[in-house]
Formats: sequence, C-alpha cells, structure tokens
Amino acid sequence: MCTKCGCSTGSTAQQQASGAAVAHHDAHPHHEHPHHHHEADERRVLEVHQSLLAKNEHQAWHNRERFQQKKIRVFNVLSSPGAGKTALLERTLADLGGTQRIGVIVGDLATDNDARRLRRPGVQVVQVSTGTVCHLEAAMVARACEQLDLNALDLLFIENVGNLVCPAAYDLGEEQRVVLLSVTEGEDKPLKYPTIFHNADVVLISKSDLASAVEFARATALANIHRMAPRARILEVSARTGAGLTAWYDLLTPRAVHV
Amino acid sequence: MHEVSLLESALELARAEATRQGARRIHRLTLRIGAMAGVVPEALSFAFEVVTQGTLAEGATLEVIDVPLQCVCELCAHAFSPPVYPCECPRCGHPRARVAQGRELELASLEVS
Ligand SMILES: Nc1nc2c(ncn2[C@@H]2O[C@H](COP(=O)(O)OP(=O)(O)O)[C@@H](O)[C@H]2O)c(=O)[nH]1
Ligand SMILES: [Mg+2]
Ligand SMILES: [Zn+2]
Repeated sequence: MCTKCGCSTGSTAQQQASGAAVAHHDAHPHHEHPHHHHEADERRVLEVHQSLLAKNEHQAWHNRERFQQKKIRVFNVLSSPGAGKTALLERTLADLGGTQRIGVIVGDLATDNDARRLRRPGVQVVQVSTGTVCHLEAAMVARACEQLDLNALDLLFIENVGNLVCPAAYDLGEEQRVVLLSVTEGEDKPLKYPTIFHNADVVLISKSDLASAVEFARATALANIHRMAPRARILEVSARTGAGLTAWYDLLTPRAVHV
Repeated sequence: MHEVSLLESALELARAEATRQGARRIHRLTLRIGAMAGVVPEALSFAFEVVTQGTLAEGATLEVIDVPLQCVCELCAHAFSPPVYPCECPRCGHPRARVAQGRELELASLEVS
C-alpha cells in the first residue's frame, strides 16, 4: 500500500528492530530439566527497543509528505485552554481569507464551539472530537484530511486540544509548530513546560493588548521563552486589536506582500 | 491523559513481539522514559492496570527506567547532565545546548512465558 517507505499497511511501524529471545535461566538451573529446555512456562526476556511514538511518527511522515506534495503550509497551533488560539485563527481567516485558500482542523474534547466560530464562506473547517484523548495524533489528522479538498488549500491550521503537556509528543506532519503564551498566563510558564516550548518553531505572546492591565513582565517572559526555545521566532500579537499580526501573516505567507 | 495512549502503543508493540516469539503471557514490560519526555511516571502506573486488563499482559509488572537529561554544548561540545532543561553550559556559559538524551519513550524489553 505504501510505496514511499515500503510499509505494508500504511500504519504499522517498522518492526525489524526487535531482538532475539534471551533465555532467563537464573530461577531454574539447566540440569534440573535437561530434556525440556524451553518449557511453555519458562520465563524469558525479549529485547524490543521500539519507540512508543513510532506509529505516530510514521503516520506524521506520510502526512508531511502529502502536504508537501500538495504545497500546503501546515501549522500546528498549541497552547493552554483560553490562550487565544481560536481568536487568532478567526482574525487570520478574516484578514487573509480573501487572498489565501485556508483550511482548519479543530481538535476539541467534546464541543464543536470552536469549529462554529471558525466556519465562514470559503473556509474549509473540520471538527475532530477527541473524546477523552487530550491531544491530536497524526492518524486523526489524516482522517480529517479525507474531509478536506487538499487541492484547494494554501494554508492549513490545526488547532490542537488546549493543553501544554500531551500534544507536545505528537508530531502531526506540520511544517511549523506554533505555541501561544498569553500575557495573562504568567512569565514562568515556559520553564514549567519545557517539552512543548523546546519543540516550538514559533512562539506567539498573545493578548498583548492586556499586557499593561496585568502588569506583564515582558523582558522576563522573552528571556524565559528564548532560554527554552532558542530557535523559535517570537512574536507579540493581539487578535483583538490586530497589533503584531503583520509579522504573523508574513510568516504564514512569506512570498505575499502585506505592508 | 496521554499516558493511556502511550501505554496502548506499548501494549500493541508488546503483544506483536510476544506473539511473534510464541509467548502466551507477558509478565513484565520495561519502558525507558526520558526526563524531558513529558510523562508523569505515577500516571503511567495508574493507567497500566486499566490498559492491560483482559489482555495477555493482565497482572504484569510495569518497570520504568528513568533516562536522565543529557546535553551537549553547541559551542564547546562539553557534555553535561543538568537537572532540568534548559541546558546552560557549565564550562563556557553558552546558553544553547543540544538535548542528546532525555526524550526517550521506548519499550525496552518484555518478560514473557
Ligand atoms: N483582550 C483579548 N482577549 C482575547 C484575545 N484573544 C483571545 N481573547 C479572549 O480569550 C478568551 C479565550 O480565547 P480563545 O480564542 O477561545 O482561546 P483558545 O482556547 O486558545 O482557543 C476569549 O474570551 C477571547 O475573546 C486578545 O488578543 N485580546
Ligand atoms: Mg479554541
Ligand atoms: Zn560550552
């Protein structure tokens, strides 16, 4: 089925890495039962050494391949609940919807409120209910893509489940990982969630219009983000006032002109 | 909890390997978990019982080997093990270090019969 990487099903990870059985003899010395060297209930250790994320990474690889073929730029958008992911995307759709063909995959535990906020003419929106699962996985994105016309997209946003821990481990096949930190959350958050910040390509300091009201310690926040995510682009934005969004739009569509 | 998803993956890998090797029961799963993997070990052991129920690993022991964080300085190549990320080089003070070890999320071995 999968000709690119040689996998048989498109879902099972490479399994050749598994090692040979190693007999575990210390409990039963050999000479006690020389004729039944491998009794059915003899305990033995199997060396495996396989990543728990191998299957997801394999699917993410396929997603990425597909997005690149279709020339779609894909952004995995992550944050705590309420940091402003949906608001940022609403504003982005309003501002860029006229010039870019945009799709959104929205992950949510139970409701479809966010999907309803994002739905508008000309924008393809797919809602993924994750139920009790606190993050999106590459396979969920692949299934959501079956409901999208990928040939008619320039940009695809994936609003992940609001959570700074679990989604960090799951590559979805995105081109860039965008992490939002709102000014109301506290400057030390990057230090508390190293994994998600470490893997960020872009960090957006959101709700910048509220910075002075909450006495946001800007310099400390910037220093903390820079320490945890040394390679990330850092932008300060407000979905409410539009401040800083030009730089965000430049990042989304580097070839387009927004001056 | 993504601990449940991770353990389901572990069990899927374990079941495939055990079956391939002709084993009928799994008595122990040994995982290697990096300090920066974003996993809470206590949450793992709690989820383990739920996930293994009614499987060939029911009643098995979960063993977790903690893999400490190890960084390598991008400037002077000094290797060191800070207690937590970020890794500032203790030798030259450079703030950027590559994480060489500590992201592991791996099924290391099984004990079967
Ligand atoms: N003042 C202000 N409020 C914002 C901004 N962005 C989002 N919010 C508010 O923050 C709350 C949560 O935003 P939402 O987009 O739903 O966050 P999400 O859970 O990350 O998707 C809502 O009440 C938004 O109106 C902003 O830039 N400025
Ligand atoms: Mg939202
Ligand atoms: Zn150094």
